Amino acid sequence: MPGAIYAEGLVKTFGDVRALDGVDLDVPEGTVLGLLGPNGAGKTTAVRVLTTLIKPNSGRAVVAGIDVLKNPTEVRRHIGLSGQFAAVDEYLTGRENLRMVGQLYQMSARDAKVRAGQLLERFNLGEAADRTAKTYSGGMRRRLDLAAALVVSPPVMFMDEPTTGLDPRNRQQLWEVIQELVAGGTTLLLTTQYLEEADHLAHDIAVVDHGRVIARGTSDRLKARTGGERVEVVVHEARDISVADGILRSFGKGGSKIEEHTRKVTVPVSGGAKLLAEVIRELDARGIEIDDIGLRRPTLDDVFISLTGHAAEVEEERANGAGKPGGKPDGTQEGEREGVREGEPEGERERRRPVVGGPTRQDEEAAT
Amino acid sequence: MSVIGNTALRTAAPRARGGVVQSARDSLVVAKRNLIRMARIPEVVIFGLIQPIMFVVLFSYVFGGSIAVGGSTDPSTYRQFLMAGIFAQTVTFATAGASAGIADDMHKGLIDRFRSLPMARGAVLTGRTLADLVQTALTLVVLAIVAVIVGWRIHEGILKALAGFALLLLLGYAFSWIGALIGLSVRTPEAATSGGLIWLFPLTFISNAFVPSDNMPTALRYIAEWNPFSATVQAARQLFGNLPVGYPVPSAWPMQHPVWASLIWSVVIIVAFRTLSVRKYRSATA
Repeated sequence: MPGAIYAEGLVKTFGDVRALDGVDLDVPEGTVLGLLGPNGAGKTTAVRVLTTLIKPNSGRAVVAGIDVLKNPTEVRRHIGLSGQFAAVDEYLTGRENLRMVGQLYQMSARDAKVRAGQLLERFNLGEAADRTAKTYSGGMRRRLDLAAALVVSPPVMFMDEPTTGLDPRNRQQLWEVIQELVAGGTTLLLTTQYLEEADHLAHDIAVVDHGRVIARGTSDRLKARTGGERVEVVVHEARDISVADGILRSFGKGGSKIEEHTRKVTVPVSGGAKLLAEVIRELDARGIEIDDIGLRRPTLDDVFISLTGHAAEVEEERANGAGKPGGKPDGTQEGEREGVREGEPEGERERRRPVVGGPTRQDEEAAT
Repeated sequence: MSVIGNTALRTAAPRARGGVVQSARDSLVVAKRNLIRMARIPEVVIFGLIQPIMFVVLFSYVFGGSIAVGGSTDPSTYRQFLMAGIFAQTVTFATAGASAGIADDMHKGLIDRFRSLPMARGAVLTGRTLADLVQTALTLVVLAIVAVIVGWRIHEGILKALAGFALLLLLGYAFSWIGALIGLSVRTPEAATSGGLIWLFPLTFISNAFVPSDNMPTALRYIAEWNPFSATVQAARQLFGNLPVGYPVPSAWPMQHPVWASLIWSVVIIVAFRTLSVRKYRSATA
C-alpha cells in the first residue's frame, strides 16, 4: 500500500529545463521525508506538484490516499503547505490572516476564530495577534505562515525550506514544532538545503539533484554508503608526515591520504575510540608532536558531495549560470572540513555553518 | 493541551459544500480581506477619488462653454450632459486598480496559499472584483455630491436615478473582469498598471461621454454608437433626465435602447471575461 505521500515518475519541464526528471517518492504515514538538494535541484517543483499548485507533464502522485491529478480539490482538504516565503497578507493582522485561512478551509466563522486564537497562543504570537503582519519580524511571519498551514491540523504537511533565512533561535523553535507535529502523527515532507536539518528531523532522506532522486535512505544508511570512520591526524612538523603516515597505515584498513600543505594524514579504520587511543600512544611513543587528531564519521555533507560530485555551493553557481554539470571535481576531501569530530557536543554541531546559508531566494521556478 | 500535536485533531478540512453557496462564501471572505487592505492603505482610495473630481471640475469649466450639445453652448447644459460621461469614465478607470491588484497578488506567496486551499476556484478573483465594486460605489457617491455642487441635477426621480447608478456600477463590475484578465496576463504589477489603463482612453473617448458622437467621422461615429461604454452613458443620461432638449438620439440600436444595450453588454462582458480570467488563474504558474 502506498504511503501518505506517493509519487511515481514525476516529470515537469519549464521550457528546456527539466525541473523534475522522473521523481519517485514514497513516504509512509506518520514519518518525515527530508528532500535534500541544492538550489535548482527541483525540490520546490516537487512540492508544488504534490500540493496541486502545478500539474506535472507526466507521472502520478497520491497524497493522503487521493490522486493529486484526478482530485486536486479533495487533496487540498488534507494538506497544509508552508513555503519558504511567508504566505501571509501583510496588511492583515495575524488573527485576521488565520481566520481568513480557516474560513477558506471551509471551517465555520466561529471555529476559524477559536482555532486562530489557539494557534496564535501556541506560536507565541498572542501579543502581536492584532497587529498587521507588516510589523512582524521575519521569524514571526514564518511562525504565522506555519500556523496558517496548521489551521485544520492536516494529516499531511509540506514544508518548503521552512528554516531558510531564520536565525538559530527561531530555527530551533521551528524544529521543536515540527517534532511535536510528527509526534502527533502528521506525515511530513520537508525540503531543505541544510544537511544537518535533514539529519536532525527526517526519518528518511531523498537526495535530489537535477530533478532526480539520486539516493534515498535513512541518514545512517546514506552515511554508510560514503564509507566508515577515519582517523585524521595533523602533525606539527611537516617532516613527521611520513612517520605518521606509516603508523596510521599500520592501524588502518585501507590506503592513507596525505595533504602536505595542511600536514594532514587520513586513513580509514574500524575500531572506534579504542583504536584512536592506541594511535595516540604510538604517535607519542615515536615522539611525534600533533596539532590535532580525531575520529571522523561521514556527515551528510560528505554524503552529498560523494553522491553529486560537487559541493552545494558549486551547484548554486551552476544553477544561476545554467548549463549541464561539468566534470566531477575532485572535491571529495574538501568537504571534510565540515565533518563532525568524535565527542563533539551536540550544540556545537548545530551552530555549524550550513553549506548554503542565508535567505537566498530560490530562483528555480522564476520562469513560471 | 497540545494545539498542534494532538492526534485527535488530526483531521482533514470540513467537506466543501461546493457549488454556488461555497463560491459566494469564499468570494466574500476574500472580498473582506481586500476591503480591510483598502481601509489600511487609504491613499489608494483617496487618489482614486481625486482624479474623477478633477475631471468634473476641468471638463465643466474648461470645455463647458465651447462644446455645443443639442444646439446649445450654455455651460450649464453641457454640465448636465457631461456628468453621466464622467461617472461612467470613473467606474471604468477603477478597473486599472483590479489589474494592478491582481498582478500584485499573483507575485506574492499568498497566492500559493490560496491555491493550495480547498476554496472555490474563482473566489480570489471574484473577491477582488467585489471589493473593487464597493470602492467604486463609494467613489460614485462622493462624485455625485461634487456634481450636485457644480450644478448637476436629476430630472426623472430618485428611482430612475438609482437605476442609472446601478447600470454604471454593473459596467464598472464588468470592466473589472477585463482588468482581472489583464492583471493575470502580464508579468509584472508595473505592466498591469499601465496595461490596465491605456486601453481605457480610446474606449472612453471614442464614445458619447464627453461630446455628442454625431460630429465624429463616420468610422468613429459607428464605433462610438456601438461602444458598450456609450450604451451605459446614454442609459444613465436618459435615467437621470440629462439628455438636452433637441439632442438628436442616433438611430443605432444601442442608442435607441440604451438600458437594454447597457445590461446586455455588461452581462456579456462579465460572463466572457470571468470565464477567461478564472481559466487563466487556474493555469497560472503551471
